[in-house]
Amino acid sequence: MHRFANPTRFLRIAAAVQPWVMWITVALFGAGLYMALFTAPADYQQGESVRIMYVHVPAAWMGMFCYAAMAVASAVALIWKHPLADVAAKATAPVGAAFTFLSLATGSLWGKPMWGTWWVWDARLTSMLILLFLYVGYMALQGAFDDRARGAKASAILALVGAVNLPIIKFSVDWWNTLHQPASVIKMGGPSIHASMLWPLLLLALAYKGYYIWVLLVRMREELTANKVRILRLKQVHGG
Amino acid sequence: MAMKRKHKRLTFVIIALALVGLATGLILFALGDGVSLFHSPTDIVNKQPGPDQRLRLGGLVEEGSVVREEGSALVRFVVTDLENTVAVSYEGLLPDLFREGQGIVAEGRMQNGVFVASEVLAKHDENYMPPEVADALKKSGQWKGGDGAAGPADGALGK
Repeated sequence: MHRFANPTRFLRIAAAVQPWVMWITVALFGAGLYMALFTAPADYQQGESVRIMYVHVPAAWMGMFCYAAMAVASAVALIWKHPLADVAAKATAPVGAAFTFLSLATGSLWGKPMWGTWWVWDARLTSMLILLFLYVGYMALQGAFDDRARGAKASAILALVGAVNLPIIKFSVDWWNTLHQPASVIKMGGPSIHASMLWPLLLLALAYKGYYIWVLLVRMREELTANKVRILRLKQVHGG
Repeated sequence: MAMKRKHKRLTFVIIALALVGLATGLILFALGDGVSLFHSPTDIVNKQPGPDQRLRLGGLVEEGSVVREEGSALVRFVVTDLENTVAVSYEGLLPDLFREGQGIVAEGRMQNGVFVASEVLAKHDENYMPPEVADALKKSGQWKGGDGAAGPADGALGK
């Protein structure tokens, strides 16, 4: 791990990997969307509306995945003070927030025709909204200090504390009764979703993950370069 | 010395997270049923809520119980959790997924033994499949429940 924690080496590897990640992501999105929109069948109950699932479910997974990544990176930054961990956590936050927002928005669009309502305060929907607020709070807290290091530390603590929300989101549909249906893919006894619908869903989940890695690399490289520029400016001012 | 400080921070983070997790667990446990979205017919039969209490009722629409009043949007049906039943009356538009055997959540008040709903929402279950597969399952007798909708798997009842 220490080998890759060196920012210079990271920048070299990231520059080489980034175009590959981008093209793999584009290919996965192309194949996944084609299958989701054309080859996947309509649902026996929901009809064509079921296609919202292919956007909604991977977005919700990624909202939680990005938060977990952000919390782990924050823990590494707090405990081992790796310079890249802070940068990775900071770069993840807006991507995760965007995924979470997308899952809430598409869920609302799906809820209206199926359930008969845009929104209901059940445990799953509410805990997902709290996840969005945690992302927003993380980003706000980071910028709230003049001293960047203090902002990074405070927001890392918030990210760690907020991680208790992740199991609550996952198990909310089992612990309490909710309007949202229980899990279909990651559950005991295997998925309760037909293979012709599961494959496009998994392809799109991979595409979303590829997109996250791609944007993460772009944002981390940008942040590291900005840090370099800031240090050079400081040196100039102080005549060092 | 650096090693020691790292270990101190690691221990501190682990203990702090365990405490936060424990506190959250206790809060959620204390909230208990308050977090749940709806009451089952059994809850309502046991608690006998008054006519002023606004609440949500959830369960399956009993097979053959839906009666539509001629010339109005009034619908009467029975909601069951397979133990107890509650009669519901509702005036308004029903969601597309509303049908017999399907899970629903209704919001309203108990009046003279009938649940008068002001809003009816449809639950859907965790099963996704093409229509042909659903037909094939029904034909081969592997279908777990009522017709038209997925069976009352534990998910449709919500507990």
